[in-house]
Amino acid sequence: MKKFISGNHAVAEAVRLCRTQIVAAYPITPQTPIYEKLSELEAGGELGGIMMRMESEHSAMAACLSASLTGVRTFTATSSQGLALMHEMLHFASGARSSVVMANVNRTLAAPWAFWSDQTDSLSQRDTGWIQIYCEDNQEALDSVIQAFRIAEKVLLPCMVVLEAHYISHFMEPVDVPDQTLVDRFVPPVDIPRRFEVDNPRFSLGVVNQKQYRDFRRLSQEAMELALEVIEDVDKKFARTFGRGYGMVEAVDTEDADLVLVTTATITSTARATLPILREKGFKIGLVKIRVFRPFPTQALRKILDNVSKIAVIERNISLGREGIFCSELKAALANSPVRQQIQGYLAGIGGTDVDPGMIERIVVDAMERKEAMDGPIWMTE
Amino acid sequence: MLTETSRPTEVMRSGHLACPGCGLAMGMRMVLRALGHHAVVVVVPSCAAIVSGPFPNAALDVPLFHSAFEVAAPTAAGISNALKVQGKDDIPVLAFAGDGGTFDIGLQSLSGAADRNEDLIYVCMDNEGYMNTGIQVSSATPRFAWTGTSPTGNTRRKKQIMEIMAAHRIPYAATACVGFPEDLMNKVKRAKEIRGTRFIHLLSPCPTGWKIEEHMSPKVTVAAVETNIFPLFEIYDGTRYEINHESRSLPVERYLSLQGRFRHLTEEQRLETQSEVDQNWKVLNAKASGYAC
Repeated sequence: MKKFISGNHAVAEAVRLCRTQIVAAYPITPQTPIYEKLSELEAGGELGGIMMRMESEHSAMAACLSASLTGVRTFTATSSQGLALMHEMLHFASGARSSVVMANVNRTLAAPWAFWSDQTDSLSQRDTGWIQIYCEDNQEALDSVIQAFRIAEKVLLPCMVVLEAHYISHFMEPVDVPDQTLVDRFVPPVDIPRRFEVDNPRFSLGVVNQKQYRDFRRLSQEAMELALEVIEDVDKKFARTFGRGYGMVEAVDTEDADLVLVTTATITSTARATLPILREKGFKIGLVKIRVFRPFPTQALRKILDNVSKIAVIERNISLGREGIFCSELKAALANSPVRQQIQGYLAGIGGTDVDPGMIERIVVDAMERKEAMDGPIWMTE
Repeated sequence: MLTETSRPTEVMRSGHLACPGCGLAMGMRMVLRALGHHAVVVVVPSCAAIVSGPFPNAALDVPLFHSAFEVAAPTAAGISNALKVQGKDDIPVLAFAGDGGTFDIGLQSLSGAADRNEDLIYVCMDNEGYMNTGIQVSSATPRFAWTGTSPTGNTRRKKQIMEIMAAHRIPYAATACVGFPEDLMNKVKRAKEIRGTRFIHLLSPCPTGWKIEEHMSPKVTVAAVETNIFPLFEIYDGTRYEINHESRSLPVERYLSLQGRFRHLTEEQRLETQSEVDQNWKVLNAKASGYAC
């Protein structure tokens, strides 16, 4: 059924449809409507599970991960400062091989205080061992949450679905909210290990020695590698069931392109709309959307970009002292490409500033004219 | 009384990693004996986590989870709620945290859980300092006591954690110690019969940190009770106080002199300690006699 809803409510609908058993959350702008909507669903008897109204995000993640290890389906949502506060427990949720699913609404990190879209909050959780999926619109947010439960419960790693503040979280658009029966078929009742069985007592997370630690890390890395296959597989099955899929990366008009723009999340939509206009003006350009950030889809990106000579990465985040984080990741992924490539990073939309078609065009013109890439990023302003 | 023929099944095995004479290990053993095998236990960084054993060994014969330092309560709450969702409503979940994990870094999350009246038993193993990291001062360390980070004596007074828990109006809170094992185990059993957040403040001497001999842990806590430094009492619903042991109100000197950590105290500091203990005892008795209701 089509509903005219915000990205936040799309996420809440997905959590309901997946018959989530434990939700533990704490309010933070701009995530709060997810928490409120789930509370409303719970009050109306539509959630089915238990809603834990926590006193902090840190505790919310502690409750989610321990509930997940008990063997139930768990969800939480946060943003920015809340995600930063959770940081310790993010490592924990992954290391303990829980299947927590979380929505993170990208928001600027203080200082200075602000409430706008910026990807640095989730990207700075890169090394916590979470799967990360970046959404382009409200529909993708809903669909990705449904996929996330299947992925996380299959590979036993937590999964973060990332949507941007306001552009997705509060922006309303028509969203197809699938039938319960279809979702039930796609996401069967949870079947993950129950770590705390009184008839079979075990010690979860005892202290390990050096070699044991290394071996556990290795197992987690293998799970991340497996996740690449699982994400692809879940997406294909999703497409068969619901008639739409996303892939880990998406390529548009890249075959004959002189320049390929690489984007994530909502900037993709703008670039997507600008692409035919610029092609008409004679720019032979293509577009690649990176949807999955961890595990990083290196092979999928190399398949598309290995022989492309000019690449422009446009992104709404920065690792201070370096450049945009996707740009660094992409450079590393393409380091072994057979041809010499010119990869230029553009910082666009930092702090939630607008990235309009005009800005995309300016980036294209700059990238086409540029004889050599700069080592650092180029700041795009109005 | 316990005899060889009536010895109960132990939940805590021998071969655990506590130091010789550890009051905390004794306390855990008694708590678990009263709790039984049909339970899930959470430990957090503290001596309790070390006592529980290194991977792949386990000293506790119950499903056990070693969570992060400051989240004993929400971790236990997550498990407790998940068990309920699975229809396993009859499995108690108990969390062991140290005084650092309770009085200091875990206070917020404990308060949150108590406020929501989460269904769990929380046992604070209070050895009055960060003993697992090698004896540093915590807000549970008594005034004037020596620790590695209060080398000239602690300047702060011990935080009144029972009053904080009472303020949450949780159904049950009790103090206990290893010198009164039957009282301790009865309190765990009583806690088991109640639902909601139950809190047990368990005084657990640390021979290394308190500078006492290895056989002295139970005796020192008896002295703590008999001098009114650590009275045995219960609080029902945060308002109804019951004192469980009629103390002999011995001078505090009888407690302080047993421990090397108080050896440096001046006469003035001893007097101050005495007057503080007297005052606290008066307040507690007033509450127990219904004054606070």
